[in-house]
Amino acid sequence: MRHLNASKLNLQSDKSPTLRPRKKETLFIILFLLPALVLFLLFVIYPIFRSIFFSTFDWNGLGPATNNIGLGNYKKIFTDQVFLKSMLNVFIIIILSLGLQLPLALILSVLVGRDLPGRNLFRTMFFLPYVISEVNTAIMWTLLFNANPDRGLLNAVIVLLGFNPIGWLADSKIVLMSVFFVLTWKYFGFHMLLFLTGIQNIPLELEEAARIDGANGFQNFFFIILPLLSRTIRTSVYMSVLGSIQQFTIIWVMTGGGPVNASETMATYMYRYGIVRHQLGYGSAVAIIMFLFCLIFSLLYQRLTRKPDYLTGL
Amino acid sequence: MFKKIFTLISLVLIATFVLTACGPAAEEVTEPPVGEEVEAEEEEVVIEWWHISTKDPALSDWQKMADDFMAMHENVTINITVLENEAFKTKLNTDLQSGSVPDIFQSWGGSGLAEQAEAGLLLDISEYLDADGGAWRNSFAPGALAVFSVDGKNYGVPWDMGMVSCWYNKDLFDQAGIDAPPETWEEFLTDVQLLKDAGITPIALGEKDTWTGMHIWSYLVTRIGGEAAFNAAAYGSGSFADPAFVQAGEELMRLIEMEPFQPGFLGATHDEMQATFGNGEAAILIGGQWSPSVQAANSADGVGVANLGMFNFPAVEGGAGVVTDAMGGGNGFAVGKDAEPEAVEFVKYLTNVENQTIIAASGTGIPVVNGAEAGLTDPNMLLVQQGFAAAEYFQLYYDQILPPVLAGTINDATAKLYAQTATPEEVAQEIANVAAEQ
Repeated sequence: MRHLNASKLNLQSDKSPTLRPRKKETLFIILFLLPALVLFLLFVIYPIFRSIFFSTFDWNGLGPATNNIGLGNYKKIFTDQVFLKSMLNVFIIIILSLGLQLPLALILSVLVGRDLPGRNLFRTMFFLPYVISEVNTAIMWTLLFNANPDRGLLNAVIVLLGFNPIGWLADSKIVLMSVFFVLTWKYFGFHMLLFLTGIQNIPLELEEAARIDGANGFQNFFFIILPLLSRTIRTSVYMSVLGSIQQFTIIWVMTGGGPVNASETMATYMYRYGIVRHQLGYGSAVAIIMFLFCLIFSLLYQRLTRKPDYLTGL
Repeated sequence: MFKKIFTLISLVLIATFVLTACGPAAEEVTEPPVGEEVEAEEEEVVIEWWHISTKDPALSDWQKMADDFMAMHENVTINITVLENEAFKTKLNTDLQSGSVPDIFQSWGGSGLAEQAEAGLLLDISEYLDADGGAWRNSFAPGALAVFSVDGKNYGVPWDMGMVSCWYNKDLFDQAGIDAPPETWEEFLTDVQLLKDAGITPIALGEKDTWTGMHIWSYLVTRIGGEAAFNAAAYGSGSFADPAFVQAGEELMRLIEMEPFQPGFLGATHDEMQATFGNGEAAILIGGQWSPSVQAANSADGVGVANLGMFNFPAVEGGAGVVTDAMGGGNGFAVGKDAEPEAVEFVKYLTNVENQTIIAASGTGIPVVNGAEAGLTDPNMLLVQQGFAAAEYFQLYYDQILPPVLAGTINDATAKLYAQTATPEEVAQEIANVAAEQ
């Protein structure tokens, strides 16, 4: 995801026509790019086409693939209730991420951005979850969520307050919310950091000028910070959506997509049906579908958010 | 223009993240070492051995056997990789797809072994078994050895065989006023009610690992339909939607509707199920021969249930199967295609009577080599061994005898019964539909 961001930032790099390199330099550039290019072709482009190739086979992953079934896998995927359910779950996670996680990150970034005393401590604290590895996060929260109040901290507190323990990960009605809570806990710090960087790029003079004109804190936020932060917000939304489509580790470790597919995402679906059930062809087809989702989203998003940024004009 | 190119590159990068996770690795076909390796006497041999015994005493027993073997054969180095059960399956699948095979690795026989053998990833060790007039072959109990053969060729050997049975906490049974373990399904349901009435959670289950619940369903199928129903569905003209499979679901629903499991069992793992039982928080655990040691290892005090008993999975009235029919399976070692003769020699060493007796004595497994049962000091293991020996029909675990796609379907479909999101008919039909495609 960080790479993604980097390449997106490259988009904004200087494109002044006067800096056209001479022929010799071009040769050098190509020469230096060559090793990376070879690796890129071998480990990125080639596997993509292999996946497309394998997605047309009924293949268990052992031995050569021989049984070509054309688009049979795709047909099966889109008629499978479980896949449709996993698509719906991804959609829910996207909506919740955009509706809850990003605003939370934005509010916190404004709070710890400039005025709050001890803001460095808070910044570190809020960013800490993002540093912890995904599997550790998942295991930690699985333990905290344990249905048995003798072992799970959350339920211990709930019982202490006089309520019945809740099957956070065992109840198919709330498991997706439990998982989303953990996703938020894990990733809000990252988005907060993005926003913080964005806010620091906003010249203080603008806010000062507004304040002199009588703007209060809210007006300052809605008319200065928010518009000037629009490019960062766009990046944040973009990464949040792609991250949601690909979400695997935390959900797989915490719930395995269960109980009974209640927290299945497309990525866990791909793993369950592709790897666990030894249907590599079918799994490849799911991967291609996920790829297409990401691709279509990216193209549409680029097109829809062409509006230039106030600060940089890009 | 530049913007377009960069957009393209960024899109390709997205593709990387989506696809690298699942793209099959480039096929690096490692050629098996060609020619006979008989010459060079002191040629260095490295044996890669993967096993899944993450806890003592098995962990150190295996290490000691490897050390002893290395001391006897100075040219041999044995690299042991210890993996947790689920991690092992994932790592093995990934490695096998790239064509790299450990020399010796944990196997459960059945269809998994057959698939690997058909893909040419395993070594046929029949000639070693038959050497010296079949000395090694004849040391095994024949039924156990057969689990590791495909079309008459052995690609591995067992080191442990066991069965699923009902383990129970005698103290909790006493508290509920139950004086004898149940023999029939009706008695079983009655006892579950008695336990509930006494305020005791009757059964521990870890349905996040869906196979734990699947065992109960498939045992009911075995009791109701017997050998005939399974063979008809798996190999014959029958189907997994036949009456025996539907009826098993219906009987299971009777149990599930009594809410006999610990709270949150749908999100609990197999280890948590063992912990629940080991801590005395539930009276019954339906699990394999590993249960006595695993429940102790996972319990809070490390000792587990003080007064542990075992009974056979109850018979269903009017069913074709009898109470002594066993469902189970065992552990063994498969031999990878690139294994040197020393590796096979080491497998032979691991399964000799002395080492099998050690495995028996430490409670790690139930020996499959004649004479080693003398090492069984644990009364619980003796119970399993006797149950196993008395079985007229031995049903290998569904998720081992059936291909992974069907096994996965059965696990996921039966989980719907526990979550009460599908009827027994729907579950049986879902399994039958997938089976029909194979």
